[in-house]
Amino acid sequence: MEKKIRVLVAKPGLDGHDRGAKVVARALRDAGFEVIYTGLRQTPEQIAEAALQEDVNVVAMSILSGAHGHLFPKVVDLVRKNGMTDALIIGGGVIPEGDIPALKEAGVSAVFTPGTPTSEVVKYINENVKL
Amino acid sequence: MDIAEELLKGNRLALSRAITAIENEYDEATEIMKKLYPHTGHAYVLGITGPPGAGKSTLSDKIAREYRAQGKTVGIIAVDPTSPFTGGAILGDRIRMNGLTLDEGVFIRSMGTRGSLGGLSHKTADAVKAMDAFGKDIIIVETVGVGQSEVDIVKAADTTMVVLIPGMGDDIQAIKAGILEIGDLYCINKSDLDGADKLVREINMMLDLDSLMTEWRPPITKVVASQNEGIKELLDTVEKHRTHIEGNGQLAERRTKRTRDEILDILSSNIGTYIKGKIVDSGRLDGYVEQIKQHETDPYTVIGQVMDEMLK
Ligand SMILES: Nc1nc2c(ncn2[C@@H]2O[C@H](COP(=O)(O)OP(=O)(O)OP(=O)(O)O)[C@@H](O)[C@H]2O)c(=O)[nH]1
Ligand SMILES: [Mg+2]
Repeated sequence: MEKKIRVLVAKPGLDGHDRGAKVVARALRDAGFEVIYTGLRQTPEQIAEAALQEDVNVVAMSILSGAHGHLFPKVVDLVRKNGMTDALIIGGGVIPEGDIPALKEAGVSAVFTPGTPTSEVVKYINENVKL
Repeated sequence: MDIAEELLKGNRLALSRAITAIENEYDEATEIMKKLYPHTGHAYVLGITGPPGAGKSTLSDKIAREYRAQGKTVGIIAVDPTSPFTGGAILGDRIRMNGLTLDEGVFIRSMGTRGSLGGLSHKTADAVKAMDAFGKDIIIVETVGVGQSEVDIVKAADTTMVVLIPGMGDDIQAIKAGILEIGDLYCINKSDLDGADKLVREINMMLDLDSLMTEWRPPITKVVASQNEGIKELLDTVEKHRTHIEGNGQLAERRTKRTRDEILDILSSNIGTYIKGKIVDSGRLDGYVEQIKQHETDPYTVIGQVMDEMLK
């Protein structure tokens, strides 16, 4: 048996660049994960469907534009509706501290703000993923 | 969830879980495949290979759209290399196909090569079967055309397309790499760049020299995948090849050979695992090696003894 942690890295919303997401994607690869990278301007529907087709264990989203309050919970909702009850959903980007409790309430299990070392994201996934 | 049963009912999550079971070699994968097998054999499998960055994913996207326009459903399996150092991978083919994600008639799955000893081609072949049983009409398998295991994957295809691009430097390295021999069709992508006609001439020269070639001369089609140019013409050549191999019995022959190879592959892999369990994991192998080092015995005697024991 050869279980591998599979992570979808996606950028919902209208952000113009994805440097940060690419850095995270590479760090996750270096940690031994299979990273499915879908790039910029993904709708929550696209993210949830890609997560289903790829049967990922983790959906990692990053957003800079400030639309996280709407987009992150939408993705959680769609992923769960697809029957992926175990998938870990995490978010990152420019997110005010004050918004975090509501996101967690909505089912985003962890939120990483700028400056978080990627090793912390790796550690979080390893400790919380359900395979 | 009964994965096979749900898959056959058209449940997409079940298809996805079946492929995971195959990839991760879960015990249940064998049971799933047994149930799916009677429902396979309907899909047509198109292999797309070529050097890194040739535009295979862009092309897969455009080809899938064209098939969709013809009312056919499409499955895509996109294989990317796993890093031998970390065991991780960035599977980036999907990014060229984002426009297909919400089309219910398309299912895309990315796979890493995962350094499994020759097991990759067998896993991809089973993933193809899962999509076939799910009811996909066309299944595209994309893989980078470097290395034997990638070339092996393409053996699961009914028609194999080799994608090349102009200006690959010291003229078609790929010829030497051996991927040219497996092409039923050649696609010259990025024909918007200089050198496309020169490349066509070179491939033609190579095909002229190929004395083994009999009835089928692989057509060469120039396309610009990023602009969706030449895709219809390219698919016409796929269709022509399909008609050709259906007509002369080659398709049936290829599939029969594939079944034979699969059985032999899986058998030898299972036997290998069995022997490994008996000899390696029990520590006996180290013992033998030690004895050989002390000149108490030799590898051939050891192999003979082990074979006798196993075949009893
Ligand atoms: N000029 C030009 N560029 C193209 C064409 N088709 C694709 N590209 C570009 O070539 C680059 C690689 O395209 P991909 O489709 O990712 O190539 P690939 O062969 O799948 O790459 P790997 O899977 O990494 O081996 C992208 O930047 C494409 O936009 C084309 O017809 N002309
Ligand atoms: Mg690709």
